[in-house]
Amino acid sequence: MTDFTPFASLIGGALIGLSAVLMMLAEGRIAGISGIASRLFPPYGDRLFPGRLAFIAGLVGAPLLYAAVTGASVVQTVSSNLVLMVVAGLLVGFGSVWGSGCTSGHGVCGLARLSRRSFAATGVFMAAGFATVYVVRHVIGG
Amino acid sequence: MSILVNLGLGVLFGLGLIVSGMSNPAKVLNFLDLAGTFDPSLAFVMGGAVVVAFIGFRLVLRRDTPLMAPRFQLPTRSDIDARLIVGPALFGIGWGLGGFCPGPAFTALGLAAPGTLAFIPAMLAGMWAARALAERRA
Repeated sequence: MTDFTPFASLIGGALIGLSAVLMMLAEGRIAGISGIASRLFPPYGDRLFPGRLAFIAGLVGAPLLYAAVTGASVVQTVSSNLVLMVVAGLLVGFGSVWGSGCTSGHGVCGLARLSRRSFAATGVFMAAGFATVYVVRHVIGG
Repeated sequence: MSILVNLGLGVLFGLGLIVSGMSNPAKVLNFLDLAGTFDPSLAFVMGGAVVVAFIGFRLVLRRDTPLMAPRFQLPTRSDIDARLIVGPALFGIGWGLGGFCPGPAFTALGLAAPGTLAFIPAMLAGMWAARALAERRA
């Protein structure tokens, strides 16, 4: 079980949205994590590599800052099934780039732009996520 | 300058993921578990993020140009092709298996859980493979 946290989740979501808006204001681009991370690999079509690396470094550093400022530790319960996590990682990495976006690019920025493609993509990955957890927890695990 | 701004935006995005609980795979998997230990919190994350972005994008896009780049670069396609179904389907299966999407996975790197250290290199390899395959087909 995890606690239902509507207020913290709403505020955290607003911070994510604010970051996406400021990215649009500063760089004129979509704050899509899969797009940013995948373009750390060649071929390079532009000169934005340092900014992309800095953004990812910010993501990596955020929990350290959070822990230092609040004194609270960041709770992350990660599966210790390494084979499962490798398969999950391959699917998430390949699928998000193949589909031109993940939860941030399609799910936040795309929906906010009322993009038809993002509504389709978000619907598909949500449905696939629900179905996968159902199978893992209630068909195989049940 | 661009480097500092991007670093700050990454930190802000990461703090949002942490405060919201989205950086915790257990919470993501419970959100996806409609038939079991359902935790609806992540609907509020998405709701908060989309509402802020919906309003904010409209304000920002009244400008002619962004602050640090010559022009806005927005996706222009509206066609729904096979890649837009296959990609998100594979992504959703991986998301449901591990509870990580790309952003939260990066915020988990510092805690260095074995599962995270298995996930991130695999994710990067998958991203690289998708780009390489797309380049070859282009």
